[in-house]
Amino acid sequence: NVVPTPVKINLINMLSETGLQVIEATSFVSPKWVPQMADHTEVMQGIRKVPGISYPVLTPNLKGFQAAVEAGAKEVSIFGAASELFTRKNINCSIEESLERFHEVMAAARAANIPVRGYVSCVLGCPYEGKISAAKVAEVSKKMYSMGCYEISLGDTIGVGTPGSMRDMLSVVMQEVPVGALAVHCHDTYGQALANILVALQMGVSVVDASVAGLGGCPYAQGASGNVATEDLVYMLNGLGIHTGVDLPKLMDTGTFICNALSRRTNSKVSQASCRL
Amino acid sequence: QEPQASGLPEYIKIVEVGPRDGLQNEKVIVPTDIKIELINRLSKTGLPAVEVTSFVSSKWVPQMADHKEVMRGIERHPGVQYPVLTPNLRGFHAAIAAGATEVSVFGAASESFSKMNINCSIEESIEKFEEVAKSARNMNIPVRGYVSCALGCPYEGNIIPVKVAEVSKRLYSIGCYEISLGDTIGVGTPGSMKKMLEAVMKEIPVSALAVHCHDTYGQALANILTAIQMGVSVVDSSVSGLGGCPYAKGATGNVATEDVIYMLNGLGINTGVNLYSVMEAGNFICTALNKKTNSKVAQASFSTATI
Repeated sequence: NVVPTPVKINLINMLSETGLQVIEATSFVSPKWVPQMADHTEVMQGIRKVPGISYPVLTPNLKGFQAAVEAGAKEVSIFGAASELFTRKNINCSIEESLERFHEVMAAARAANIPVRGYVSCVLGCPYEGKISAAKVAEVSKKMYSMGCYEISLGDTIGVGTPGSMRDMLSVVMQEVPVGALAVHCHDTYGQALANILVALQMGVSVVDASVAGLGGCPYAQGASGNVATEDLVYMLNGLGIHTGVDLPKLMDTGTFICNALSRRTNSKVSQASCRL
Repeated sequence: QEPQASGLPEYIKIVEVGPRDGLQNEKVIVPTDIKIELINRLSKTGLPAVEVTSFVSSKWVPQMADHKEVMRGIERHPGVQYPVLTPNLRGFHAAIAAGATEVSVFGAASESFSKMNINCSIEESIEKFEEVAKSARNMNIPVRGYVSCALGCPYEGNIIPVKVAEVSKRLYSIGCYEISLGDTIGVGTPGSMKKMLEAVMKEIPVSALAVHCHDTYGQALANILTAIQMGVSVVDSSVSGLGGCPYAKGATGNVATEDVIYMLNGLGINTGVNLYSVMEAGNFICTALNKKTNSKVAQASFSTATI
């Protein structure tokens, strides 16, 4: 269901009050492909931009980049993949070709002093290719890092990874990209996300992507969950004594808001547990 | 995969508590033949231990009223242990009469929880268990000890690690061969798990320890990972994540066996368990209970759309 623009704006504004320092606002992609993000310009212009908080947006190509900057974006993201088949099915070209397209975005971003974050999908497995070699992940990550991405977010797109494959993949990628420039984007489709994130932290990764209320299912496994819930992640980090700056109760309130607006249950176990006792 | 290279155990014993701990915390009373069928299916998956039932008064735990029938009705597979709960000497004798060959006793690291749950102090409860342990030793029956509230209590809140170590040591000293440390309300995190285990491991060899994590706050697998990184090699879990949390309405309880096995497989750790057959057993019991599985692995596996 397409979420109304005011709800999106309110969600982002509420998230801005929780202590989170980075909130991915929208995607400047054609509404033909992603109808949910058709209101990207209105959202970008409608949100309260709190100083100290970054609001990156996805920009799949130069056109999107230019629209994003015009709408006030100060940081952008580009998406690569460690799987040829996935790239082919997703954006109808090869990995190499996709990175070529991003050269233009990188050049324009550099000229405008706009930081670019790079995502690599399918780092622990691909819905089409199955196993993905760590070497391939390292190769794509290195290319995106050398192109000028300040950070590479490694995505377990279908959530099949385990602490074992996470460790193997990271140890290879860390030979090519400094750990200070790495982030993990784990999906919880097989319940492995927090364990995978824990291993990544143990290896020195200090940037973790998560989604409030665990919003966003898995398009490859109907009914299965996708993103790891920010609340559950923060709960774990709090328990480890790791500082995040995030106010968990405010975050849970935000999760409650968006779940009510979407008429759906939260995917966050912390949220589920906390409301009753 | 080289588990030893990362300091992990080569083999982890999974203790399946679904038929007891799981069903005990499900609202629907399950017919005896369904319980027996579930246990028989689990016996064929490679699981080395399946907790069958509880010899407790049916007044307190109606779900376990058919303990004798279940114990007598199940197929006993060689190489599989079938422990049962025995809260006191009376339950112990009934269990033996029904054919039990291993028993478990339940202590707690919280006085308030002990009072609220079994109406006596921790020390009083251990005195009762000591009677059970003595009889069990005479009959060559192994006794497993559980410590509830190891990472937090619904009444007392924070539980200090030293208290957990103290209670664990008491249970170990009366003759329990293994101590299963339970995060009863699932509030633990890798941080508190580590601190608790460090304290307990000063008193009890790690090879005699097990962890029994609840997934109420989504922390179970991360907590289990932490425990196995510290050398723990016995993990309790429940097929399909059966058994909600009685202290947080609607919240989940036991960690799902399928999800644990998936993680251990990925770590290259041997469990001897066939994941697919556990998923099938889970599918069986969820269908019988008319409920959705709590296992994410099962959800993802059974619903992967054709690409």
